[in-house]
Amino acid sequence: MTDKNGFFDLSRSALTRRTALKVLAAGAGLAVAPGFVRYSQAQSSAPIKIGFQSHRTGIGAAYGRWYEKTTAAAVKAINDAGGINGRPVEVIIEDDGTDPGRGAEVVGKFASQHKTDIVYGTLFSHVVIGSAPAAGEAKMPYFVVSEGHHVASTKLNRYVFQPGITDVKSQIQSMAPWIAANAGKKVTQIFPDFAFGYDHRDYLPPALKAQGAEVIAQIAIPPTESSFTKYFPQIPAETEVIYHVMVGPAVLTFVKELGEFYGSNRPQLFGFIDSLEATDINSPGLEFLDGSHFWEGSPRYAQPDDSPAQKAYRAAVGIDDNGASVGDPKDVSTAAHMFGCWETLYVVKKAMEDAGYKGPEDRAKLVEATEALTEFAEGPEHPQGPKTFNGKIHQCFGIQNISKVEGGRLNVVHKTKIEDGLYEPEGDYTTQAL
Amino acid sequence: MHFGPHLLLAALEGLVTSAVLALTALGLSLVFGVMRVVNVAHGEFFMLGAVLAWAISTAISGHPALGFLAALVLAPLIVGLIALLAERLVLRRLNYNPEATIVATIGMLYIIQQLALTFYGPEARPVEPPFSYRILLPWFGYSGYKLSIIAASALLLVATWLVLTRTKIGLIMRATQYDSETAQAFGIPVTRVYAGVFALGAMLAAVAAVLIVPISQAHYLMGQDPLLLSFIVVIIGGLGSLRGTVVAAVLIGLSDGIISVFFSPTLAKIIATLLVAMVLVFRPQGLFGTASR
Repeated sequence: MTDKNGFFDLSRSALTRRTALKVLAAGAGLAVAPGFVRYSQAQSSAPIKIGFQSHRTGIGAAYGRWYEKTTAAAVKAINDAGGINGRPVEVIIEDDGTDPGRGAEVVGKFASQHKTDIVYGTLFSHVVIGSAPAAGEAKMPYFVVSEGHHVASTKLNRYVFQPGITDVKSQIQSMAPWIAANAGKKVTQIFPDFAFGYDHRDYLPPALKAQGAEVIAQIAIPPTESSFTKYFPQIPAETEVIYHVMVGPAVLTFVKELGEFYGSNRPQLFGFIDSLEATDINSPGLEFLDGSHFWEGSPRYAQPDDSPAQKAYRAAVGIDDNGASVGDPKDVSTAAHMFGCWETLYVVKKAMEDAGYKGPEDRAKLVEATEALTEFAEGPEHPQGPKTFNGKIHQCFGIQNISKVEGGRLNVVHKTKIEDGLYEPEGDYTTQAL
Repeated sequence: MHFGPHLLLAALEGLVTSAVLALTALGLSLVFGVMRVVNVAHGEFFMLGAVLAWAISTAISGHPALGFLAALVLAPLIVGLIALLAERLVLRRLNYNPEATIVATIGMLYIIQQLALTFYGPEARPVEPPFSYRILLPWFGYSGYKLSIIAASALLLVATWLVLTRTKIGLIMRATQYDSETAQAFGIPVTRVYAGVFALGAMLAAVAAVLIVPISQAHYLMGQDPLLLSFIVVIIGGLGSLRGTVVAAVLIGLSDGIISVFFSPTLAKIIATLLVAMVLVFRPQGLFGTASR
């Protein structure tokens, strides 16, 4: 090993004491300079600052982009109607790279640098689980739109809420009767190999068993996987229903390879739309999906019985009747999940108004006001449907849609009731100290 | 599924992996063999190939095969040009110093990745395969396009081998690899050979990516896995040995396919890594490499 040019010879550019002092002085000067990170003097007219922990990059990027669009639309609607407690809402976005470690750092940054009033908007469950301790430590209300059961499991902390989207346990419980009655009794599960997938792994078998059906095989696939055919031989031949839920950048490949493997000679398919979120169901190679069923939080395609609130929400976010961006029919949204951003922001608004929220010193009051909420009526603020909220487990409960692929679109064929998804609370956050 | 068809599927999957891996690893091996440069940015040239394939195939309307063929020709050329530029602007200015070039190519890795993120975006985007024929076997269906990848890759490997062993360019490259100072003394423009080899290495990665992108998808982070696997292949096969690279690629690809079908993909990665460790301990120059002079 030669070092002819002295690339690694640090002695050549030794740092003298004088330079070191200069650099330090310059840094100190910058820090006291006017305008440098001084957010502390919140006036009553100053905006309410919402820190948005967004999956701008990493495996959750497609969701992140649509969560941002939905958030922008909801904030615009809230501000046009006078803001929260007469104050405008400002959203500050930080990218967490869909990474739990960076997620916790982002929460810290919101708390100490941006001094936001709350943190909001996280989807991927491992990021939520990784960030929740940081939020609890900073006593920062943390409103996630994640779908996982981790909030409702009461294993996180009192500052974490999920008021805008239902959790996997509730979704599975309310759909299991339909799956057992209409799709088949012998179910093979394919799920992503991380927290969100484990909710599916853990809650589907008991829910199906209660309906006289059974899970005969469980196949975990890493969310970063790019090729899937090698997993399919593990699907037992006697499988009547494949229950699939995948996430990550390769979901289209997953569904395509499933089609190549089975063709039209396939078992029944019941999927979470996550397997095709932000992906056109009319992509070449997906014809075999015709007649299969999907769970949708909120329907991607406009339905004949859409409420005026649903229509107004779709127009505000900017998606057409096919659930794609109004300007670009190829830019398919994450419609089944992103409504949760809209609804969560309205829950935050309601709770802040109930609490008479003035600034970060009122965060504890905001937590208590959120816990006191019980019901959200269907309407412009909750276009997906009516919901109830359990303040003890910080989780909302709502309706689920089961849609069938017919003629190149998803038509809702079954809507569950709120009661179908209720379960016994596993704990009580309100007993924790604030 | 019975053992026979199960094994067939595993072997097919393994061969597809091998085909792509062989091309990618060959590029890495060539660059190291001739230039003694460990190109950490190799996976990003792979990613660029896929991203450009998406850009080119979406720009060309009509039958998907047209866009794909255009991408197959143009994407590697553009990637080659970018690599040439990087060689001129960075590697040459470092005098191909082995340590400095590692650091420099790590820098290139991040620059290329972030540029792709900025201009292409974080989404995974599909490229339509030139044809979508599904081969129907009695036990399962298989993509006809996947089989064509194996054939295309084999053709490209043979072509590369012919260039290296039967042409004057190949002779010059091998002379430079054998002893660059003597080669220079005989009037071989060594720096131009280096530039050409670096571009060729990147182009091989780009071609592999164009082939795989219709069954995978173009994504700005897709360069990481191929880089890691290429290093594994090159270490096992012996750096700078074409034959070793191809044999090791088939070995790793097939074992990856078979082990992940029968057991689990994680076990396949564990075994590949273990194999690398064993080779490094018992045969540091690789299976087909020659001990350094």
